[in-house]
Amino acid sequence: MSVRRLVPGLGPDSFEFTPENQEWAQKQIAKYPAGRQQSAVIPLLDQAQRQMDGWLPEAAVRYVADYLDMPYIRVYEVATFYTMFNLKPVGKVHVQVCGTTPCWLRGAEDLKEVCRRKMGVDKDQGPSEDGTYSWTEMECLGACVNAPMIQVDDETYEDLTVERFEALLDELAKDKSAPKTGPQIDRQFSAPAGGPTVLKKGDA
Amino acid sequence: MLRDEDRIFTNLYGFESPGLDAARTRGDWTGTGDLIGKGRDWIIDEMKASGLRGRGGAGFPTGLKWSFMPKEVSDRPHYLVVNADESEPGTCKDRDIMRHDPHKLIEGCLVAGFAMQAHAAYIYVRGEFIKERYALQAAIDEAYEAGLLGPDACGSGWAMDVYVHHGAGAYICGEETALLESLEGKKGQPRLKPPFPANAGLYGCPTTVNNVESIAVAPTILRRGATWFADLGKANNTGTKIFCISGHVNNPCNVEEEMGIPLKELIEKHAGGVRGGWDNLLAIIPGGSSVPMLPKDICDTITMDFDALKDAQSGLGTAAVIVMDKSTDLVAAIARLAYFYKHESCGQCTPCREGTGWMWRVMERLAVGEAEVEEIDMLLDVTKQVEGHTICALGDAAAWPIQGLIRHFRPEIEARIERRKAGQPVLTAAE
Amino acid sequence: MVKVTIDGTEIEVEAGSTILQACEQAGREVPRFCYHERLSIAGNCRMCLVEVEKSPKPVASCAMPVNDGMVVHTDSPQVKKDREGVMEFLLINHPLDCPICDQGGECDLQDQSMGYGMGQNRYDENKRAVDEKNMGPLVKTVMTRCIHCTRCVRFASEVAGVDEIGAIGRGEDMEITTYLEAALTSELSANVIDLCPVGALTSRPFAFTARPWELKKTETIDVMDAMGSNIRVDARGREVMRVMPRLNEDVNEEWISDKTRFACDGLKYQRLDRPYLKQDGKLVAAEWDDALDIVAAKVKATEPSKIAAIVGDMASAETMKALKDLMASLGSANVDCRQDGGYAEAGNRASYLMNSTIAGVEDADAILIIGSNLRAEAPLLNARIRKRWLDGGLKVGNVGTPADLTYTVQQLGAGPETLADLAAGNGAFFNILQNAERPLILVGSGAVARADGGDVLGTARALADKVGAVSGDWTGFGVVQTAASRVGGLDLGLVPGDGGRDTAGIIAGAQSGEVELVFLLGADEIDTDQLGNATVVYIGTHGDNGAHRADVILPGAAYTEQDGTYVNMEGRVQRARRAVFAPGQAKEDWAILRALSGLLDAPLPYNSRDQLVAAMVEDVPHLGALDQLAAATWGSFGTTGDLAGAAPFADPIADFYLTNPIARASKTMAACSKQRLELTAQGEGRRNA
Repeated sequence: MSVRRLVPGLGPDSFEFTPENQEWAQKQIAKYPAGRQQSAVIPLLDQAQRQMDGWLPEAAVRYVADYLDMPYIRVYEVATFYTMFNLKPVGKVHVQVCGTTPCWLRGAEDLKEVCRRKMGVDKDQGPSEDGTYSWTEMECLGACVNAPMIQVDDETYEDLTVERFEALLDELAKDKSAPKTGPQIDRQFSAPAGGPTVLKKGDA
Repeated sequence: MLRDEDRIFTNLYGFESPGLDAARTRGDWTGTGDLIGKGRDWIIDEMKASGLRGRGGAGFPTGLKWSFMPKEVSDRPHYLVVNADESEPGTCKDRDIMRHDPHKLIEGCLVAGFAMQAHAAYIYVRGEFIKERYALQAAIDEAYEAGLLGPDACGSGWAMDVYVHHGAGAYICGEETALLESLEGKKGQPRLKPPFPANAGLYGCPTTVNNVESIAVAPTILRRGATWFADLGKANNTGTKIFCISGHVNNPCNVEEEMGIPLKELIEKHAGGVRGGWDNLLAIIPGGSSVPMLPKDICDTITMDFDALKDAQSGLGTAAVIVMDKSTDLVAAIARLAYFYKHESCGQCTPCREGTGWMWRVMERLAVGEAEVEEIDMLLDVTKQVEGHTICALGDAAAWPIQGLIRHFRPEIEARIERRKAGQPVLTAAE
Repeated sequence: MVKVTIDGTEIEVEAGSTILQACEQAGREVPRFCYHERLSIAGNCRMCLVEVEKSPKPVASCAMPVNDGMVVHTDSPQVKKDREGVMEFLLINHPLDCPICDQGGECDLQDQSMGYGMGQNRYDENKRAVDEKNMGPLVKTVMTRCIHCTRCVRFASEVAGVDEIGAIGRGEDMEITTYLEAALTSELSANVIDLCPVGALTSRPFAFTARPWELKKTETIDVMDAMGSNIRVDARGREVMRVMPRLNEDVNEEWISDKTRFACDGLKYQRLDRPYLKQDGKLVAAEWDDALDIVAAKVKATEPSKIAAIVGDMASAETMKALKDLMASLGSANVDCRQDGGYAEAGNRASYLMNSTIAGVEDADAILIIGSNLRAEAPLLNARIRKRWLDGGLKVGNVGTPADLTYTVQQLGAGPETLADLAAGNGAFFNILQNAERPLILVGSGAVARADGGDVLGTARALADKVGAVSGDWTGFGVVQTAASRVGGLDLGLVPGDGGRDTAGIIAGAQSGEVELVFLLGADEIDTDQLGNATVVYIGTHGDNGAHRADVILPGAAYTEQDGTYVNMEGRVQRARRAVFAPGQAKEDWAILRALSGLLDAPLPYNSRDQLVAAMVEDVPHLGALDQLAAATWGSFGTTGDLAGAAPFADPIADFYLTNPIARASKTMAACSKQRLELTAQGEGRRNA
């Protein structure tokens, strides 16, 4: 965690949800009791970040505050408290490397080194020179039995090796939807490699 | 070893579809209306009799927790909130439930919601679990479609709504009152207790917060009976549990096993054993990063349950087993955890806000021997100044891993300091 | 009541009390930073940890309610260690820059580290440095010193009612700030300076000017509005260095407005420090004797009916008593203490007092505001209403210009017609008032300062009677005065005598030539351009509107420069005390009038201030009953007239920061005014929840 602040003047002067996102936002707000629309602040900020290709400009914070009838400072608090909100632009492929101990034990530091080498920027330093990549270190992403792993947008890439990660970065740069997601080795999700020890197919 | 027919999460690995039809063939949503028909007292009594203890880490008896909700509903509605903010390092079990067996959780929401007279359940999924959240929402949509949720859920006459909510990157939101704050659209800063959520929780209304696994096992317990569940495991540590085995094992995995299984058996049977063999084991963190580590000699015999691990000055926590073999730089491993807690401290109360940073910085120096030997005791003292002095348990969680390290591996820390002072390579001897 | 044992002594405390309150009751001091009686409980600093038997962990006493039979220790070795631990954590990232910190000498962190710290430093890492944050012209920030107690955050959102301060980020990087570092849009913002237990938020105007221990402290009364806020004036030599609030639960609690606190630099600028005479259209410096001789000659040469006097908003009762006696001795009935021309019946105190009392607002369950922007006219009264509103169950209606008062207000209409309609028993809010147990009708000073002011007041009074606002010990009717001098002036009867002219009459007379000599006693809020060819004698402190028009200037003393009695809007008599001497040749107001009377061969019958006070009390006995409230007798007042088609109410205050000559001379107030205009233009910071 380092100091997280909005950068005034960075990004557009104004922000507005697309009609689809407005409709989506109304559905989110409807999940909560009347007058409790503030509950939707994280989902709405997240949607604004998606609309902005991965980062949250100041104008969007104001927009969401107005949308939910919240004081600006309260939304500002939320935007800076939760670390998934990127307050500066990110690269086309924004790589989130899990660095916490379970991944660290299985080579997360090597993955971070790959990022530095391949992107030419350190973590949180913004996009690489050509804008393709940026990366950050995340705290435990909750895929510990598939360590080490990374997350890009909605997808995780697990059981990585340095070689596989390097290739994966190239593939993602070409087409984000192309690479196989989840475990990058021959393995069924969280089952042990080589096949489950229990609930074996056909046994049950 | 637990028999497959006693396993609750039969699609843990996602070999089958998570969809409703497949879930029904696995037994989900069977006679749910009848369970509800037996009444809330029966449900709560059955849950108490099963001995189920909360699967989120603290191990509080689930049935008892449900019984704390007000008996009568006043002008304030009751809420069930499911803690799916799975963020404890080493832990990745709720993820599998949500993506592969979501209907167990949804059905659990209905019976638990009914038992505590809640018509609405919010499932708070950590922000990073995006696909999991989609999978869960898809299952909820199916359940509504089939009339399993909604104004007359499962034909029981009970109206039940289940909503998926999500966070955006904050470990602290796994603390139940921080989670409620976050769900209300604020920073996830834990609340002062009292009042407890059962009196004033979400929106100031009576609320129970349960872990995903606790809720997801409830329908099966009710269907198969409290006795079935209570007969599994050990007294006071009953039933089955999903274990997550990560780190230096040959085949890291999740597996549902019986409570009280010997740690060594768990690792060797399911995770392919410690890398390089059991004798290559250095230490294990048995219950997620927040509990103190155990050196190999304790690991040889310890069983995986609340009481045994407590007696060993550690804890079952989330039953996330982090294995570290002899190649591990243990001090650095714990320093990395110290960094995690510093990163995740909400900043609200003094000892945690200031103490986590202090502890991390000292740990980083200890990892490279850049310290005085007296600083080990000072660090221990600082952990004690944090532990027990904070609003929530994050302070304790930050203190315990360091205490565990010093308790079991002080000579190693001292040796590094000595080696550095002597101008020798600090880490070579560890190999 | 429950029984608790604290450090071995069993005491009975009210059920629902916190352990901290119980400890205080038992006389045990419990250190704290985040806890504050008037703010919600945060429990975050952990300094107030105590040991409670049977509790496995130390307990934050500020947040934990007592249980019957609880046994608490505040003096055990464990508690001592706990406090040392918390103190150590608070200090590791604190810069310990006390020698250059303005909080030095009045710093909770300093004091408590002496009392509860371990007196040594074990922290060998780099300390945190935090960027300073802009918080406007009043609050200076040194955020590295911040201990994150969140008192300022809670004050802004709870008391001030502006959700504008927050803590962004998290963990050790958490920072207190406003949204993009905008100034607070509150009239009470600078109270965060007092609340801040460390030197993170300090006074910007006072920065690096003096140390608290070298200041002479005078307990006195504020005159920036009609609240009568209790203040302490800290002075060095002849200079007022700063103004601080004093506790008075009935008046200002422990808050003061930003104007009360920070207009004091206006006491240094634009001062009239010697007499002036107008020669060839220009003011030239003069000697006292010459100036007084010229005034005396003019008085003697002028028919009494052509002499008039208008009193300004900050005059003390003593000054006004002397003026009243002087005018009487001259035989002139042309005197008025209402430069705004507000309707009031001098013999009928209920017609001009805040009868409910200020603290009584907290008992009201429905409030109707007529023609007043309370936030600008009486910010602390407004904060009281907000406090009451936060408790729940209060309904507030407004007739006049809509304004953001920091609580929910039903806008009922713009002018007297709406009031008349309510008085006729129409509208939903009439029912709310009628059904309320303690309805309160508040009439702004602007609502009666108009030609139909008597009708407005009479109609409001009729409404009060109709809804049962006056019954038993509850008088749910009040005029919200804005001038510190007004109630005292009316109590003294400083209104036109038989055949005399009121303010409007005096101005019209001066314009037409029927009034030839006008005394302006600190009266700067009238339209001084309309005084025709009359000779104007200005007795006052600042080169403001009155002085610019004056033919003779007799320099007087400001409220910090002479003792004086003031009666606040609720009728509370309080005495201001001299903190410093007036600058240059300026004299106390009464002494000027006394000297002039001597030259007129009709010396006022007092040779000392004490004698003046005695004469004043003899004239109006309740002015001698300091710090007491004299309740008014409820009766009929106001006039009855048709309010149909009357113009809407207008706010009497255009700019909160610039309402009097002292404030207008203040550079700080000018900066605040500019800042507020900019913020309003940007539309920022207006986001109140």
